[in-house]
Amino acid sequence: MNADIIAELCDVSLIYHEPTRETKAVEGLDLTIRKGEFLSIVGPSGCGKTSVLSLLTGLYAPSCGTVSVLGMPPSEARGRIGYMLQRDELLDWRNIERNALLGLEVKGELNAETRRRTLELLEKYGLGEFRHHYPNALSGGMRQKAALIRTLAFQPELLLLDEPFSALDYQTRLSLEDEVRSIIKQGGYTAVLVTHDISEAICMGDRVAVFSGRPASVKRIFDIELPGSAFDRRSQPGFARLFDEIWKELKSDEQ
Amino acid sequence: MSNEHILYLKKLKRKRTLIVAVRILLFVFIIALWEIAGRIGLCDPFIVSSPARVCRTIANLYSQNDLFPHILTTFFETVAGFVAGTALGVLIAVLLWFCPFLERVLDPYLVVLNALPKIALGPILIVWVGAGAGAIIVMALLVSTVVTVMSVLAGFLEISADKLKLMQTLGATRTQTFSKVVLPASVPTIMSALKISVGMSWVGVIVGEYLVSRRGLGYLIVYGGQVFKLDLVMASIAILCLLAAVMYYAVAAFEKRISRRFGRL
Repeated sequence: MNADIIAELCDVSLIYHEPTRETKAVEGLDLTIRKGEFLSIVGPSGCGKTSVLSLLTGLYAPSCGTVSVLGMPPSEARGRIGYMLQRDELLDWRNIERNALLGLEVKGELNAETRRRTLELLEKYGLGEFRHHYPNALSGGMRQKAALIRTLAFQPELLLLDEPFSALDYQTRLSLEDEVRSIIKQGGYTAVLVTHDISEAICMGDRVAVFSGRPASVKRIFDIELPGSAFDRRSQPGFARLFDEIWKELKSDEQ
Repeated sequence: MSNEHILYLKKLKRKRTLIVAVRILLFVFIIALWEIAGRIGLCDPFIVSSPARVCRTIANLYSQNDLFPHILTTFFETVAGFVAGTALGVLIAVLLWFCPFLERVLDPYLVVLNALPKIALGPILIVWVGAGAGAIIVMALLVSTVVTVMSVLAGFLEISADKLKLMQTLGATRTQTFSKVVLPASVPTIMSALKISVGMSWVGVIVGEYLVSRRGLGYLIVYGGQVFKLDLVMASIAILCLLAAVMYYAVAAFEKRISRRFGRL
């Protein structure tokens, strides 16, 4: 397998079975995630974007087709994939430091070295002075940043971000998008972001995959070659054109 | 601090004082009414007793060295039933969380057990355990166990699906998920279950004493009723009120301490 490919979905379909019906969430989906890239996925709401992340973590097995992560079945790659959700899901009874250490603790990798590295991350991204605070003392944006550090602390080889900014207010969202992209890029992580927000997808991604409505498949992939940070990208001349093209691609699906 | 804030604090304090004062007044009023009603012949103290007669009864019990043995008997039965019942209830809830299949299977049985008035099992307990303190403790245990299982399990099952998903993607085992997320997240539920359970243990013990005992406050109440000594009945109930309140507040104080440690207050 190609060393530059972190994860691959080949002709994947996923059907949810319920007592009264079955739902096709994903059909004939092909997607490759390359090492070190930031891939954004946009699609109509309820199209099965989150299902793709669930396939990558092995929470669901594909009904047909193959999914491989780090060259193995996803369920075997567990603990090497970081997952970030819409809600931060920080544990109320642990302070920020102990929340950040959760992944290492679960994996049995907590030692002086990994603890020091985690504290450095907290320090570096402005949470150092809050490390003894409990989550309810922090703002929504800071909580989500703590959740990101919890995810980065165990050095995942693939980061899955499931609409991590959608519960935040607009201003927090803009600045956090900026910060998260630079953290991920600086760290050389590979990330997949699922969002319904086209601007967010363009600002953060190196590529944007546009999904069709349910059942989900890839309609088109855009390469984003805008310079600058996530925030700066918004004022680039190419931004509006990309937005427009992606919008049309999404709209064409409705008819 | 601004003047307005000082004024606000003063107002707050005055209101609090007023509430406590009215509380005490209400108590004094009821006691006085009870006493006076008997004295001026509005009602018969032989039937409704009176505060003075209650005090005299308690003093008599005390001078005959009868007071504390009765109180301690009931108290220990309740504590034993409460502690054992709660521990057993939490244990069963944990077991059911670990085996969802078993939980599904046993669900209707739990519902029936919960709906069943446990006093109906009294005669069976007497035959099986014997007519003594054992049967009373088992009764209290039964009453508090079922409530504890129901409420603690409900707390365990309430944990957000996303938290479980997060643990799963970290590769956590079910035991890790339980000890790091489910159990600590359920501490408030377990604490409120304790408060319900302590009340239920009193119910179990008094009911048990009605049925079998020769000692304890429940016994005094039944005995007093049978020989028409309403003073004894009222005195026992007064002591029971006090004991139950003390125990409830002890559990509530414990809850507060634990909650603080879990960073929720």
